[in-house]
This record gives sequence, structure tokens and C-alpha cells, in this order.
Amino acid sequence: MIVFGRRIPMVASLLLWAILWEIIGQLQVTILLPPLSSVVMRLFEIVPTASFMSALGVTAYAFIVGNVIAIAVGVPLGILMGRSVIADRLFLPWVNLFLSAPLTALVPVIMVIFGLGQTTIILTVVLFAIWIIVLDARAGVRSISPSLVEMAHSFGANRLQAFTRIYLWAALPEILAGIRLGVIRAVKGVIIGQLLVSIVGFGALFKLYGSRFLMEHFWTALLVLFALAFILAESLAWLERRVDFYAASRG
Amino acid sequence: MAEHPNQLEVEPAGFALARERSAGGPSRKGALLDRRPGAATRFFTHPVTLRIVSAAALCLAWQWAGTVPISPAFPTFTETMAALWAMLADGSLFAAFAITLQPLLIGLVVSAILGVAVGVAMGLDERAEWFASPIFIVAQAAPLAALIPLIVFAYGIGLTSKTLVVCIMAMPVIVLNSFAAVRHTPVSLTEMGRSFLAPRRKVISRIILPAASPVIFAGLRLGCASGFIGAILAELLITPTGVGDIITYSRSIADYPSMYAAILSIIVFSVVFIEAIEQAEVILFRPEKRASP
Amino acid sequence: MNAPIALTAARPVTDSVVEVRNLDKIYAGTVQALKDITVDFPRGQLTSLLGPSGCGKTTLLKIIAGLLPASAGEVRVNGKVVSGPGPERAFVFQDFALMPWASVIKNVTFGLEMRGMAKAEREEIARRSIARVGLAGFENRYPHELSGGMRQRVGLARALCVDADVVMMDEPFSAVDEQNRRKFQEELLTLVAQEKKTFIFVTHSIEEAVYVSDRIVLLSPRPGRIAEIIEPDINRDGDTEAIRRHPVYLDTVDAIWYSLKTYLD
Ligand SMILES: Nc1ncnc2c1ncn2[C@@H]1O[C@H](COP(=O)(O)OP(=O)(O)OP(=O)(O)O)[C@@H](O)[C@H]1O
Ligand SMILES: [Mg+2]
Repeated sequence: MIVFGRRIPMVASLLLWAILWEIIGQLQVTILLPPLSSVVMRLFEIVPTASFMSALGVTAYAFIVGNVIAIAVGVPLGILMGRSVIADRLFLPWVNLFLSAPLTALVPVIMVIFGLGQTTIILTVVLFAIWIIVLDARAGVRSISPSLVEMAHSFGANRLQAFTRIYLWAALPEILAGIRLGVIRAVKGVIIGQLLVSIVGFGALFKLYGSRFLMEHFWTALLVLFALAFILAESLAWLERRVDFYAASRG
Repeated sequence: MAEHPNQLEVEPAGFALARERSAGGPSRKGALLDRRPGAATRFFTHPVTLRIVSAAALCLAWQWAGTVPISPAFPTFTETMAALWAMLADGSLFAAFAITLQPLLIGLVVSAILGVAVGVAMGLDERAEWFASPIFIVAQAAPLAALIPLIVFAYGIGLTSKTLVVCIMAMPVIVLNSFAAVRHTPVSLTEMGRSFLAPRRKVISRIILPAASPVIFAGLRLGCASGFIGAILAELLITPTGVGDIITYSRSIADYPSMYAAILSIIVFSVVFIEAIEQAEVILFRPEKRASP
Repeated sequence: MNAPIALTAARPVTDSVVEVRNLDKIYAGTVQALKDITVDFPRGQLTSLLGPSGCGKTTLLKIIAGLLPASAGEVRVNGKVVSGPGPERAFVFQDFALMPWASVIKNVTFGLEMRGMAKAEREEIARRSIARVGLAGFENRYPHELSGGMRQRVGLARALCVDADVVMMDEPFSAVDEQNRRKFQEELLTLVAQEKKTFIFVTHSIEEAVYVSDRIVLLSPRPGRIAEIIEPDINRDGDTEAIRRHPVYLDTVDAIWYSLKTYLD
């Protein structure tokens, strides 16, 4: 925004919101919203505690394992669907269905089969992340120029070489875009999974803070969570822009 | 963190049925196999054949996994269908849907109206963008489900809370898509409007909004999908009502076929619902798509 | 390097519709796109703005159209200073600028509708204008059903039917294939002869400029200035095909090429 001919950066508006939060908190409009300053003070107090650190660790573990599984399964499946008409027709309807389906409804199924533990949360992460990864990998492979494929074959590349040397690299920008979107969905998945299982990680923390009505603690956890999610999303976007740059110069 | 349009979760490949039809047949450009198949191969690779094969394979796999069973909590396909039929026959499923749909529909209508309005305002006005966009960019990336316990404190366990959950889940993507859609209206179109003497009001209503509507609708579809996620989450987390109640209750008495049937029904319903929005968009707002195949 | 023949010098303009006086344009405080442009556009003639890419042709045209503000200087149309778009000017866009959700007739009537004309009347006028550019029968089609050439005809019909004194075209044929382009150029000549309108035409093709123009304004780049004004002395009354073999046509093309060459690196 430009005011009096000076450019005011977008972050400044976040500052404005923070001030607004502080004022509402100080005025004690609602007990639900403690002032930002006291939440920030609380941050230094509870973040180093063992329970918070372990919640963070447990969440990070489920999140990372889930994403690794989703990428390890999703990318090859997407490439396969992009390459083979039959695989595409067999899987595409289901991938599309799960992409927009209310996946929270499936979490109880995972819960009754795998119990109330990390496995369920990891599978929830996979469930949230994988579909968009598959679709974007598929889109990436489909957008590869046929001449590139013909070039590989004319130089005698076999199937495995064609896969590792051509498809994976040529489709990289789209694959990365899919992974970024998948990771953002996974953040939501891991929290939803923990809320539903409610005895693991942040789910347990929220339950604890909620039942004791510790609003400052609650907001602290939210603040940390939202900040981490935002930083993750922005850094992935940054990475993707770098690759897009390489892709643009690739021609 | 200004505007990165590509950072939005704009709809990827869309929904199977409609897109498959409009794409115009199987052989498209790209790396797809391009051989000429024989008659038998053609039958086996025909889209309809394969769709049936794919659905049948899934049902069979489900049936097999249920008979083994891979888990005591995994009913067979036929048991699930029987439970579904029973719930349809005694009307309990309809009653449950009537309850689930209340917060969902209210929440979606509110998010759609408010979200499109805010997003369009942000697209048209730099000050609105400056003020609101950081909030929605953060909200888009953040796990907003974590706010649910807070909402329950504030508004109790009734309809208001559940509606709010639907709203906070659905709104960010609707806002950001509407914003990006308006902001990326082709400059030459707005210049065309100005040069033919359209006042600002007309440029907005006759050029910017129609040009933005495909992406706005993509946002609405994504918002609906998130809204469904929120509605089910609210029912599972806040108080079991409607479909969530069937899921929770049948789970507690280990009536797994009913539980699976309820889950299946809500998933199918959401997919049909979102497909219906897409059709409504084409019928109401896209004359050029209706005009010719 | 001397030009092989002297260019026909421009005569002073007696009756000008558009007058540009000491125009400067500076983008974002730093990029000087136009510097001290003074030029007249004679009534009822076709004037081309010709120059290498980036010399400010589009900028000049948009300032005349009132779509961009000038940094200094002024533009007068029929004696009145321009401060924004006006009914006496119509624009044909390089990328056609058709509304994809609207049928051909709706696209063409847009300008008339914005002037508050009743539906029946504006459709009547639009139909005539559509027929005028050879698209009769396509009134209810949508832009995506038309070829590039046909789309540009829709853009032309839209500009013609508002009955402006000045029609401005920014590289209107650059997105059209070569065969259609030549056909368009011929049709444009007929149009200029029949309609009592002033045309301002932007192009970066020397042949196109010499073929269609009564008057060519050569712009030099960085910053955009007027290098030369040329009036090719070609008789356009006869066969439109014959122009391309006319010795003056060929000489003028050569001369402009020699003149522009100095600006290329
Ligand atoms: N919006 C803008 N902001 C900053 N600089 C601009 C802008 N538009 C154009 N320019 C610069 O002004 C100069 C003239 O641009 P203009 O588009 O008028 O050239 P042109 O003669 O139409 O070129 P072309 O033949 O490529 O269409 C160029 O150097 C261009 O980079
Ligand atoms: Mg230009």
C-alpha cells in the first residue's frame, strides 16, 4: 500500500493486527483473548518445558514420516499415471475423489483399525498429503514435451534410465508444487489427527490447556503452531520459485 | 509475502467426471502412449470399461479384506452395503444428513458470500489487500482446526460453534482465490472497458467479475471441500450429531458396517455436492461452455 | 550510410484531428519512454507509428487514447485536451481484448451499451458492423469458436460501430497469420477509403506501414522520439495488389530500412 507516496510493506499490517490484539486483550473484552504481550511472555516460559518439546517432537515425527511416505508413494504413482493410459484410467477417479472428499470422516476408520497412537496420526498425514502429490506429478509428466522423450529413446535409454534421467527431472517443477501443497495439507492433517486421537502431541496439550482454562498457554501453542506452518509454507514457496526459475531457463 | 498467485491452492486437476468429458477423448498431447490398439485392446482400455473394472476391483478388494479379515474392525463390502441399505430404509440416514447439513449449508453460504466479498474487495483495493491479505495467507497455511477448542469455549457446543468451524475452514481458500482472480484480470480487458467509456462500476460488474468467475468458482469448490472437512470434524470433536453421531455411536458398539456405511455416504455426498456446484456454474455463468461441445 | 533515395518529406498538416504537443512519458519515475513528441494526425487519413520494439509506440497510442496519463505535454483531439477516454476515439487491441464469456454480438455492442443505447438499436448497428467486417452469420458464436483473424475482425467491428472519429489500432495484425494479414491490410485500405475516419496504426513491420499508410511517423528508441515523418507518394485508388509492385513502395521500404538500421545494435 502507498500512503503519502511511501510504500508500506505488507508485514506492517501484521504489526497492526498484533497491536489490535494487544488492545483487545488489555481491554479484557473476552477472557478467551489474553493480551498478545502476556502470550509472548508465556512463550518463553512453556516452550522450553519437556511436555511442550515432546509434543513438538511427536508432531514433527508423525509429520515427517507421513510426508516421506506420501512422497515416496505419491510421486511414482503420479508418474506412472502420467505415463500409462490404463493406470491413469484405473486410478484417476479415485485420486480425484479423495482429493475433495471430507477426509476427516476417514480418520475414525484408521482409528478403529490402527488404534489411538502415532500410526493413526502418520496415516492421517499420508491421507491428507498424498492425493495432490499424485495429481501434480501426473500433470508434470503429461506436460513433458514428446520430443524430450523421443530424444531419450533415440539415444537408447532403457525404461529405468528414462524414468530417473528424464521423467523425474522434466516434471520436477510440478512435482515440487504438488509436494508443497501436500505438505500444507499435511500440516492440517497432523493437527486434525491429533485433535481426534486427542492423547498425542498437540491434541493432548490442547485438551490439557482447555480443561484447565489456560488461555495464555493455549494461544502460545497456537502461535507456535501457526508460525511454524507459515514459515514452512513460505520456505517451500521460495524453494519452488527457485526451481521455477531453473525450469524457465530450461525452456 | 506479497502476492504469489502460484502459491494459492488453485484447483489442480478438478473433478473426475466433468473434466474427463471436456478434455475431449483419451489421446492428448504429452507423454501418453500413442499406439494404435486393436479392437480387443481398445475394448479393454476404453474409459468406461476401465472405470467399471477399477470400481469392481476396489469392491472386490474390500470384500476380500473384510472376509480375511485384515482387522476385526474391517467389515466386508456386502455387510457395509447391507447396513447402508438398512439406514436408508428406516430413514435414519436422512435424519442424520438433515442435522449434519444445517451447520454445513449455513457455514458454506456465509463463507461464500463473505469470502467472495472480502476477496473481491482485496483484489479491487490495495488498502483492503494490505490490511487483510496477511491474515488470510497465514490462515491458508495454518492448521485452523486447532481453533476448535477455543470456539467451543466461546460459543458452546451448539449449532453456532459447528457453523463457525465450517466457516473458518472454508473461508481462507475462498478469499484468496477471489482475490487472485480479481487481481489477475487481463489488463487489456479492463483497458478495453475504459476505452469504450465504461464507468468503474460497469468495469467491475461487466468485466472484472465475469473474468474472475472461473477462479472464484474453483475457490468455492475448494472451500466446500474444506467446509465438509470442518463439518465432520465438528461433529466428531464437539458433540456427536447427525452423521458424526452414527459414526461415533456405531463405533462405540462395534457396529462397524454401520460406521463404514455412514462414512461412505458422507464422502459420496460431498463429491456429488461439489460436482453439482461445478454444473451449476456452467449452467448459470458460462454461456460459452454451454454453447458448443 | 546514406539512404539510396531521399524520402518524400511530409507536408505541413492543415486539418488535424489529433495534435500531440511536447509529450513526455516517464514510467515509474525512471524509464523515459517518450521524449518531446510533437506530431499531428491529419483527418481522414491513416497514420502509422513505426519503430523498433520498445520505442514507445504503444505508450504514445495509449496516451492518445486516454488510457495512460502523460508526464508532460498535451494531446488535443478535435481541439479539446484529452484527459481520459472519449467517445470520439475507439481502440483496437493487439490481443483482441474480447470477453470470452460473451457472444460476438455482445462483444461488439459493448461500446454502444456503455453509451446507453437501447438494445434493439445497438444490435441493429452491431449487425451492420459485423457484416461490414465480413462476419455475418457469426453473431451468436463465442470468441473461442473463432480463428485469430476472425477475432480481430470482431475487435474491429466493435471499434467501428461506436462511430468514433479516430480509430486506434495497436499492432492489430501481429497475432494473425501471414495470409490473413495481407488480406487484412487490403481490407483496411478499402475501409480507410470508405469510412470518413482517421486511423492511427501501430506496427513494427516496415512493409505493412508503407503498404497501408498515408503518413508514417518513425520513432527512435531510448528515449522514444520522432526520427522522421514520411508520406509515401503512392496512388492507392487502383488495384490494391499493384501497390506492392509500385516502385515508390519498394523504394520507401528500402529507405525506411536504411533509416531504422542505425537504431539497431
Ligand atoms: N508499465 C510500464 N512500466 C515501466 N516501463 C514501461 C511500462 N510499459 C512500457 N515500459 C517501457 O517503456 C518503453 C516503451 O514501451 P512500449 O510498450 O510503448 O514500446 P512499443 O514500441 O510498443 O514496443 P513493442 O513493439 O515491443 O510493442 C519500453 O522501454 C518499456 O520497457
Ligand atoms: Mg507495443
